[in-house]
Amino acid sequence: MSSLPRRIIKETQRLMQEPVPGINAIPDENNARYFHVIVTGPNDSPFEGGVFKLELFLPEDYPMSAPKVRFITKIYHPNIDRLGRICLDVLKDKWSPALQIRTILLSIQALLSAPNPDDPLANDVAELWKVNEAEAIRNAREWTQKYAVED
Amino acid sequence: MDSDNDQDFCDNVDSGNVSSGDDGDDDFAMEVDMPSSTERQLETDDYQYKVLTTDEIVQHQREIIDEVNLLLKLSTPITRILLNHFKWDKEKLLEKYFDESDDNTEEFFKCAHVINPFNKPTEAVRQRTTRSQCEECEICFSLLPPDSMTGLECGHRFCLSCWREYLTTKIVTEGLGQTISCAAHGCDILVDDVTVTKLVPDARVKVKYQQLITNSFVECNQLLRWCPSVDCTYAVKVPYAEPRRVHCKCGHVFCFACGENWHDPVKCRWLKKWIKKCDDDSETSNWIAANTKECPKCSVTIEKDGGCNHMVCKNQNCKHDFCWVCLGSWEPHGSSWYNCNRYDEDEAKAARDAQEKLRSSLARYLHYYNRYMNHMLSMKFENKLYASVKQKMEEMQQHNMSWIEVQFLKKAVDILCQCRQTLMYTYVFAYYLKKNNQSMIFEDNQKDLESATETLSEYLERDITSENLADIKQKVQDKYRYCEKRCTVLLKHVHEGYDTDWWDYTE
Repeated sequence: MSSLPRRIIKETQRLMQEPVPGINAIPDENNARYFHVIVTGPNDSPFEGGVFKLELFLPEDYPMSAPKVRFITKIYHPNIDRLGRICLDVLKDKWSPALQIRTILLSIQALLSAPNPDDPLANDVAELWKVNEAEAIRNAREWTQKYAVED
Repeated sequence: MDSDNDQDFCDNVDSGNVSSGDDGDDDFAMEVDMPSSTERQLETDDYQYKVLTTDEIVQHQREIIDEVNLLLKLSTPITRILLNHFKWDKEKLLEKYFDESDDNTEEFFKCAHVINPFNKPTEAVRQRTTRSQCEECEICFSLLPPDSMTGLECGHRFCLSCWREYLTTKIVTEGLGQTISCAAHGCDILVDDVTVTKLVPDARVKVKYQQLITNSFVECNQLLRWCPSVDCTYAVKVPYAEPRRVHCKCGHVFCFACGENWHDPVKCRWLKKWIKKCDDDSETSNWIAANTKECPKCSVTIEKDGGCNHMVCKNQNCKHDFCWVCLGSWEPHGSSWYNCNRYDEDEAKAARDAQEKLRSSLARYLHYYNRYMNHMLSMKFENKLYASVKQKMEEMQQHNMSWIEVQFLKKAVDILCQCRQTLMYTYVFAYYLKKNNQSMIFEDNQKDLESATETLSEYLERDITSENLADIKQKVQDKYRYCEKRCTVLLKHVHEGYDTDWWDYTE
């Protein structure tokens, strides 16, 4: 494997030195481009109290292309599908090399606070979110309790 | 186009070959010689289009920029971005620009993703550009002296090597040209072509970039179209965008408006519908609907290919006995000779009618499709004919004929192909046409052109010997003149119909 670019080394260091509240990203012991991520559900959202596991991978041409991020913990959210894939503009066409792991994870946390059912990835969830928001939020709470809260 | 053979002796020469017995009914629809529209030329010469090479396109692009800049007096890269924003419609750009010049200049440049060039540099930009100590590049996190950093007017600065990598990725991997924006997050200010060329040292990437911006210039400019022929690098420039026949230098003839092969008499929108219809599987599903039913028990699709109406489903897990006609269970039909007592029930009748309708619409489609495809295939063969005709022409010159005397053969193949192509598209036109008096005249014209075209094709496939040469030449010439004339008549008739609203459509 080619040596790790300065950008990744520095970024990882800073991430460790100044962690973001509610977000925890630790590089894998064997692969410095692979991060084990934990995001806590934001307060005042149906995901409150949940601890969500994600995986994050920095591709070969990072930061020219966006990191690949996926939820591992099951989550009931209109912009996240069954496989944990996330529909988020900054992970796709709005990616800029000046963005970082930190900013991306913050965006994901913000997405939990503000689901966007008009740009859905999980169609059934988005549909319910639009026609019966109360029930959708109830489902999201249930899923959070069931899959994202450790006893 | 050449119209040197518009001598009108075609009518009487034709009667000559009716006697040769190959076209039986020749009471063709000559009554199309209606008043008006005689002055209308099918291939008008007032449509002055030009075929441009890639270099000429680039040159043309520069001319437009210079022209606009005489009025705007901005820098060339900015004018280029503005023009691209207005899809290279310079009138629109100028109109907007002078319309909004007083209070809305800011908005005008913002929409085009350019920093207003009349703005004084903001405090932040000035500070950054005059800073002497090292800055950190937000992409690679390196601390670098200011002369290693650069940025656009928006003030976002990154190091030269990150810019290089960023632009290269955008150009090579993402195929972006004129629409690459600043590397900062959320900044939509566009990178101009001069900056790109300056920051990207790799010659291959530069070439690719040039191709991309030239391509977007042609694609978004309404007066330009790439020749759709494979590997052709010419583009056609027209004075105004219309469905017109244009002839590329590579030899390809196409419709400027839609880029398909020249398709007179059918209009672009019907041809588009037709191609889509032929391409997708809608007809396959029509066929399934018309020819199959589903087993009422297990829903497996069944094609009945003969036999009686007592069906036994072949699905080994089902083996259901039912009546093909009413889809009811076979049992009540009894053991007597089949006598479906539910046959006339309303429901069954409705189902039958629906199936009948699908069947006839399928038959109708296939009628037009087969004829359309047939001419298309023949046209491919006629292209081979050019080679054999060339050989024939050489042979004939050895039989003491002069070069000019044998040119009729090539001309004949030209006309044959032209007629085939027209015929092909007449079937698309006819498919969408509702029947009325004019459509019947059209069909007569079509029939007449078709039979004459087939005869011409036949003549051209005959062996030419020194004995029959004079005879064949006469026949071929007579026939192609006739075909050409009938083709013109047919097209004229359709065009007249467009002008005077004769045509009703089925959809």
